Amino acid sequence: MSEPKSKPKIQKEAVPMPKQDPKERIHNFNEVALGYTEEQAVREAERCLQCPKPQCVKGCPVEIDIPAFIKFIRERKFQEAIRKIREKNSLPAICGRVCPQETQCQQHCVIGKAGDPVAIGRLERFVADWELQKGFEIPERPPPTGKKVAVIGGGPAGLTAAADLAKLGHEVVIFEALHLAGGVLMYGIPEFRLPKRIVQAEVDYVKKLGVEVRTNRLIGRTHTIPELLKEGFDAVFIGTGAGLPRFLGLPGENLGGIYTANEFLIRVNLMKSYAFPEYDTPIKIGKKVTVIGGGNVAMDAARSALRLGAEQVCIVYRRSRKEMPARQEEIENAEEEGILCKFLANPKRFIGDENGWVKAMECICMELGPPDESGRRRPVPIEGSEFTMETDTVIIAIGRTPNPIIQRTTQGLEVTRWGTIVIDEDGKTSLEGVYAGGDIVTGEATVISAMGAGKKAAKAIHQYLMKA
Amino acid sequence: MNKIVAKKDLAPNIKLIEVRSPEIAEKAKPGQFVILRVDEKGERFPLTLVDWDRQKGTITLIFLEVGVSTKKLGTLQVQDEILDIVGPLGIPSEIRHYGKVCIIGGGVGTASAYPIIRALKTAGNRVVSIVGARTAQLLILEDEIRKFSDEFYVSTDDGTKGHEGFVTDVLNELIQKGYDFDVVYAIGPAVMMRAVAEVTRPHRIKTIVSLNPIMVDGMGMCGACRVTVGGKTRFACVDGPEFDAHQVDFGELIKRQRMFLAEEKLALQLWENRGCSCHE
Repeated sequence: MSEPKSKPKIQKEAVPMPKQDPKERIHNFNEVALGYTEEQAVREAERCLQCPKPQCVKGCPVEIDIPAFIKFIRERKFQEAIRKIREKNSLPAICGRVCPQETQCQQHCVIGKAGDPVAIGRLERFVADWELQKGFEIPERPPPTGKKVAVIGGGPAGLTAAADLAKLGHEVVIFEALHLAGGVLMYGIPEFRLPKRIVQAEVDYVKKLGVEVRTNRLIGRTHTIPELLKEGFDAVFIGTGAGLPRFLGLPGENLGGIYTANEFLIRVNLMKSYAFPEYDTPIKIGKKVTVIGGGNVAMDAARSALRLGAEQVCIVYRRSRKEMPARQEEIENAEEEGILCKFLANPKRFIGDENGWVKAMECICMELGPPDESGRRRPVPIEGSEFTMETDTVIIAIGRTPNPIIQRTTQGLEVTRWGTIVIDEDGKTSLEGVYAGGDIVTGEATVISAMGAGKKAAKAIHQYLMKA
Repeated sequence: MNKIVAKKDLAPNIKLIEVRSPEIAEKAKPGQFVILRVDEKGERFPLTLVDWDRQKGTITLIFLEVGVSTKKLGTLQVQDEILDIVGPLGIPSEIRHYGKVCIIGGGVGTASAYPIIRALKTAGNRVVSIVGARTAQLLILEDEIRKFSDEFYVSTDDGTKGHEGFVTDVLNELIQKGYDFDVVYAIGPAVMMRAVAEVTRPHRIKTIVSLNPIMVDGMGMCGACRVTVGGKTRFACVDGPEFDAHQVDFGELIKRQRMFLAEEKLALQLWENRGCSCHE
């Protein structure tokens, strides 16, 4: 690449991210995006204008001082760069990979108006990976406050709240229902997008801050919130997420070969059934896989199915490409890998064979009507446009709803009719000393917004504890 | 954590283990289950809580070695630890004074019936227990169940003990004789539970079954355990495992239980021929 020698001009294009070749990567579960090299990172960092009034920070739910960490990268002071990020964010290797930066920090980037915005996410990932390779620098622990906080759920919201509270000197215990902490980062997002060793490394960082993680504890069953409060916890944070699958409610939905995206992804990611029979949890994948839905989970499921050896993977989405809620980058990755899309179609019923296994799906064509409450144009079925497509594996990826166990087992906890927990602006629930945040409050959203909520609640819990 | 403190062979391929797990023992109720993972590469799979001792902080599990996971579990010895156990899961049985109850256990399902028998007897019910197995050798917990039963019947498919035939024959006969049960519980293979449901349906006897579909997380997340009950999709892990037998779509349950049969067979074959790498 030739660069002007006299006056350094800002490159309009971001330094591209090296990726695994699509032809290769559809046969493995290794990470697709390979990360910047030091040189690439420094070159990208040089594109940052170091605005005196940075707009990017406004787009960051956890308010990372973005220009400051980028400046350190430019100066090759990577330790300082990661330290700057970690002031606000305890999970940078995760955020650098899965945050939708294009609608957050990068959307506000000034040079984004004339060309590509600075690739903030890739830079965050670069320094986080640099740190993982080198080993964590654990901040000094403040004197203990003598206060004890129970964090329910070891996902993005819980890990963030726990880390922030530990940094303030509180004793924190995370209660995780599954056998590993990480929540959706472990069971939902596939290895090729977010390697599980990265998630566990970040969990280790949180543990090194002094947080205790107790796995295999389903709060509501193993213990209840009133019991935790009685047994010596001074406050509770609920971050139990939106882990329940939504169904279409169509005939034949319980046929063999029809998975919820959750089941499919839990098997593949958390239980590593892509390595079956080395790992014991099986997954059965047919030749013609259909994924229903248009979000990131649908992309993850489709791309996983392809890697498991499906001959053809088709996403069926009831709106058009433009309305797909998935990240642009993920749609592009999926298309590059040869995933097919059938837009403006919706399933009507599933047809089974004599063994109770799905063999076909009847769909109806849709057209877009006027916008609905979500602002997207509402899909309307076109009468008489039914068609049947052959399929032997179906993955339903049409969204997730809040986990209900806490709500069912905690008297006095105010809940909406959608099952989400009601909080005030500080994250406090209707119960004294009990706070909540993340998908359990908002319904299914992003990793970073859950982290933002965890952070906010941690601040409020700290104030509550220090006042008491 | 999760240390095995006692182990017993109850019948060929049926084992009992007592595991130290104070938090679960503290909360366990009849009808509930746990999810286990034996080792790093292991599956998550459910087992019913058969017994618990809150003082000692232990739980008792009984399992039939059928696949890789249960065989792996069977290789663990006293002092060994089980990697992961979570629970108690599921909605507990509704234990109250019904009056006259009949509880039927088939095969290893007898182990799941036992805590319910115990609790219903303690709650003052008149308890009639029917225990069935393929053959006499495979009968389990006879003495324990007899202790909590007002009447106790055995049936074996081959007639090696008790009635020759099925548990439903015994149930049918009792009903014909005029036993008017207020509730019937049936826990065993899906085909047995379906057969029981068909016996009690014409008599409109309230019948409860504990379903055993495939589960992964066991806490309502994956939907692998979904069953159709009264035309609605329910999750056995969080809405059950007990349901009204007359409302359950057993045909669907049986098909769904067989979803991974080929894979399960393959995994078992590989495990059994795993060579000498695991020998100590």
